[in-house]
Amino acid sequence: MKPKGFRVPMLPDSHLKIVIVDESPIRAAILEDGLREAGHVQVIRIEDTANLLARVYAIDPDVILIDLENPRRDVLEQMFQVSRAVKRPVAMFVDHSDTASIQAAIDAGVSAYIVGGLKKERIKHILDMSIMRFNAFSRLENELEQAKSALEERKVIDRAKGILMKAKNLTEDEAYSLMRKTAMNEKKKIAEIAQSIITAAEMLK
Amino acid sequence: MTDGKSKLRIGFIPLADATALIIAVDKGFTQAEGLEVELLREVSWSNMRDKLNIGLFDAAHLLAPIAIASSLGLGHVKVPIAAPFNLGLNGNAITVTNDLYKALADNAHGDLTDPKVSARALADVVAERRRKGREPLNFGMTFPFSTHNYQLRFWMASGGVDPDQDLRMVVLPPPYMVESISSGHVDGFCVGAPWNSVAVDLGIGHILHFVSEILQRATEKVLAVRASWAKENPDTLRRLIRAHGKAADFVEDVNNRDEVCNILAAPNRIGVAPEVIRRTLDGKLKTSPEGEYRTSDRYLMIKRLGAARPDPVQAAWLYAQMVRWGHAPMSNEMLAASKAVFRTDLYDAVLGKGDPLPASEPADGVGAFVGPAFDPNDIRAHLSLWKIRRW
Repeated sequence: MKPKGFRVPMLPDSHLKIVIVDESPIRAAILEDGLREAGHVQVIRIEDTANLLARVYAIDPDVILIDLENPRRDVLEQMFQVSRAVKRPVAMFVDHSDTASIQAAIDAGVSAYIVGGLKKERIKHILDMSIMRFNAFSRLENELEQAKSALEERKVIDRAKGILMKAKNLTEDEAYSLMRKTAMNEKKKIAEIAQSIITAAEMLK
Repeated sequence: MTDGKSKLRIGFIPLADATALIIAVDKGFTQAEGLEVELLREVSWSNMRDKLNIGLFDAAHLLAPIAIASSLGLGHVKVPIAAPFNLGLNGNAITVTNDLYKALADNAHGDLTDPKVSARALADVVAERRRKGREPLNFGMTFPFSTHNYQLRFWMASGGVDPDQDLRMVVLPPPYMVESISSGHVDGFCVGAPWNSVAVDLGIGHILHFVSEILQRATEKVLAVRASWAKENPDTLRRLIRAHGKAADFVEDVNNRDEVCNILAAPNRIGVAPEVIRRTLDGKLKTSPEGEYRTSDRYLMIKRLGAARPDPVQAAWLYAQMVRWGHAPMSNEMLAASKAVFRTDLYDAVLGKGDPLPASEPADGVGAFVGPAFDPNDIRAHLSLWKIRRW
């Protein structure tokens, strides 16, 4: 008898076929990475959703994850209704006993469908992972948004500084201090003062 | 002055039949009742149902069949719903591609605006396609448990078309209906305003029927709350119903129509041009790319002729359709539970019964274009009279 080689230990449900339906390709990639790190090898992303139901039937997944901002979610609901197209029963990850999970999923903006009568417990970690990754994505988006607006503010302040330096013959530092002082006096942000300087300068052109 | 909840979150989908709700809030009728309402725009009926069910929304603009399916626990979690105010009767239309319209016209024995004629013509087109070995036709509707699904099925089955065997019924969110018709993904659809008009305006579809030509009275959307919520917040609910009654009266007064359409047109409400909404409320729609118009005073009814008053007969009709197509089991308990979703009692307690309906209204409360009068008390006998059915 041949000796068996060492096997990489697999998580019990690593064979589950998981479909991700998300119109945000970045978020879908983040979620896919997470699922693969957790040992899931069969993760399929559907980005073109024009024939969503046909795609889903062709793939025949065990679990479907879909973002809640996606109007195509209603398309998936057709799987619930008795129809000759349904190969296996479908259930939604929703249960009276599990309000906390549902609430967390809705807050994060993701929903899960389970195909083929799998026990809910077996996919709990998949849903938890999706919620975590969706939340992480929103945080990233917020940070990006903040970084963008900080950059915008920087530009506005620099322009206003230039206008002041020219109009009042000030150095860069003096122009900045003047804006900062005015902002403090008027209890406004420097960027707001800078914006009014730009607006005023354009009107006086 | 207020006991109970006064801050409410209410979900809506940007459709013309959310009018009474949007006007109730934006025109200050809810505020006058001491209610502070936040309107939240939703992208799917599934989201709406889930957010209402788990309590993220206090109330929702909801498809009447979803209120029933939710109360019966069909397809998902069972959460009993109370529907104390109809947001509209009718309002849908069936639109087909120019190609299918031409095929129907070629096969029509009589006037194609008669749904009996169009349904038989459809049966001929279906048979011809089958003979030629062509793919079955696809028809789009908005949700599995939707008025659109049941109205399409009712119409085509009357002509001998089996909606499950002879063609494909596919769920399409309303914003995708038009692109699906231009890409050839569907050959026709049933949807509410403004999407039929959009297809006609783009020159890619014909409005074949207003749903009011198929059913004279068809409850479309309801104001829905959880039954438990209704029990816990009786005073709040009374105030909400009163505000809706006033808003619906305001909408029905033609003198207010410009103002109403401007409010609805806002980007965070329905978000289409006021004149497109106006066509719906006036019931005057362009039906063909060539510029034909059809008018109906029953196209979308908000309050007139008892439109806003919940009618258990309508709930029974919708449940009967679910049974007919195998979407719900036949059960006397379920029939009773369906009727109990439509809370005429709550409506009457605040707004009164209203004037008796004129004799011109259908005696059975539905007024289908074909078949026997509907019997809400014996749907077994009623359904056994239809040839094409899954039950």
